[in-house]
Amino acid sequence: MARIFTYIAQKGGAVDDSAFELAAAARKIDPSASPTAILAGWGADLDAACKSLGASYPEIWKIANEALAYPNAELIRKALAKILPSNSFVLVAHEHFGIDLAPGLSIKLNSAFVSDVLDIAGVEGGSLKVVRQEFGGQVSAHVRCDISSGAVITIRPGAFKPLEAAPISGTVVDKSADVGALTAGRRYLETVVAEAGDVDITKHNILVSIGRGIQEKENVAIAQELADALGAAVSCSRPVVDAKWMEKSRQVGSSGKTVKPKVYLACGISGSFQHLAGIKGNPFLIAINKNPKAPIFQVADVGIVDDILEFLPELTSKVHEMRSVAAK
Amino acid sequence: MEILVCVRRVPDTSENDIELNSAGNDIERDDLVYSINEPDNYAVEEALQIVARVGGNVTVATVGGEDDEEILRREMAMGASHGVLITDEAFSGSDGRGIATILKAFVQKGSYDLILTGVQAEDGGAQVGGMLAALLDYPFASLVNSIEVMDGKKLKIGREIEGGNKEISEIDLPCVLSIQTGINEPRYVGMKGIRQVASIPIPTFGVSDLGLDPSAVGEAGAKVKRVDYFVPALGKGAEILHGSREENIDKVLELVAAKGGLK
Repeated sequence: MARIFTYIAQKGGAVDDSAFELAAAARKIDPSASPTAILAGWGADLDAACKSLGASYPEIWKIANEALAYPNAELIRKALAKILPSNSFVLVAHEHFGIDLAPGLSIKLNSAFVSDVLDIAGVEGGSLKVVRQEFGGQVSAHVRCDISSGAVITIRPGAFKPLEAAPISGTVVDKSADVGALTAGRRYLETVVAEAGDVDITKHNILVSIGRGIQEKENVAIAQELADALGAAVSCSRPVVDAKWMEKSRQVGSSGKTVKPKVYLACGISGSFQHLAGIKGNPFLIAINKNPKAPIFQVADVGIVDDILEFLPELTSKVHEMRSVAAK
Repeated sequence: MEILVCVRRVPDTSENDIELNSAGNDIERDDLVYSINEPDNYAVEEALQIVARVGGNVTVATVGGEDDEEILRREMAMGASHGVLITDEAFSGSDGRGIATILKAFVQKGSYDLILTGVQAEDGGAQVGGMLAALLDYPFASLVNSIEVMDGKKLKIGREIEGGNKEISEIDLPCVLSIQTGINEPRYVGMKGIRQVASIPIPTFGVSDLGLDPSAVGEAGAKVKRVDYFVPALGKGAEILHGSREENIDKVLELVAAKGGLK
């Protein structure tokens, strides 16, 4: 079987968590594989990241280039195309950098491309069978991919559990000289940090979180009234922000905030993996959705099939009723 | 600025429950409501806003069949000057690379400064834009959530990265950008608007018009093929409360109090 490479993002000398998940995915493609990690960057940060990865990868390819001080996908694609052997497997995390890099890389390597892979179903002859999700996670699909000229595969973060292994002492191979000078049609300028917003949803024990099911901007008040009654905050999923019904600072998910409440009330949220990726700390998850097939019911602790526009106001009334009884 | 927006018609997940057909090899496609892929609609709106600022034309194109004309007309009703249907039996079964190969041939028939796609299709892999850029040797950026036209044939763009942060870059034209949802507020299209563009001819392009090798596209050229669909058994799933609404409300309050320390 062809050699398997993993491209590992690093920042400030620390490797991304995907380093270990990608290694696990590589082993699932080929149990005898000893995948090679590739890291790119510049200076002491890159050296530190390569060194730390030596405990889990037998071989690390280092691409040091001043132009890569900030990871520019176009430059890294060009570098990889120069150093990768033909028919290689390349695994990359399916996040913003991988989405930028991987499709074009597959073109330059003339290999197959499959994105956002959740599981490896097996290798049969010249093809690899993988599992993906489609339609917002409502259904999964087996996809067969011709690997006779290699493959570029992006792996969903969190889908593969890192393997337990004793630390090893890997070798760093410097490939910088093979890469040469790099130029790109896209140049990084700066990073604009997200605005804090009026409410910090990361600091609340209870979140009333709303999704597309809230239907219109005026209905956000229904969730706010419940949150006020419960002493909670209102957060939301991406479609609510896209529709400009709430500020970006209220969004939970991989492109929004990571929250760690004790209780998460998912109201009219279908439950895409990008949304769930922002919910950490294993909160008690209560899902209310009128669609009994919403993927959120697969991960929630308790589910209620009901219309949030009717359920939430009644819930709020009940909280007020309870409070007034308690106050007497 | 001449802008091409590549769009797709997909089953609308906000309007449908996606279920398997009885054979399990596809989703049940009878009675599905189709619409324009949501991110593609943002891409068209962004293109229209750019030409409103700096002048130019917006062309919308899709690789598909006759049924897909409806989304081209919808986007023309929004303000796109031209709609193009890229259609041929030979294109059926194309994978992402196949679609990108077809679009590359189409792009080379014209002269575009900027090519936009939606970030991802409902049943797609966030792949065609990046592949098309690599085939054309154009610069590419994904997850774009702001665009500013600069002097000297370049754009200043923002990309959505982790934690709601935004990565700002400049990018040379011509380029390909994949547009993230939320970049703008797509304008409303009424039935009246669609009727007004109903009789505008939509040109079609096939395999020979584009000078494509039929074996490089469609089923024949596809390295990646969907085998079947299935509904995964994921964990134990939620305990569904089957009580009356009132009972469910009491239960939720009890749970919130117990787990969340409701005071």
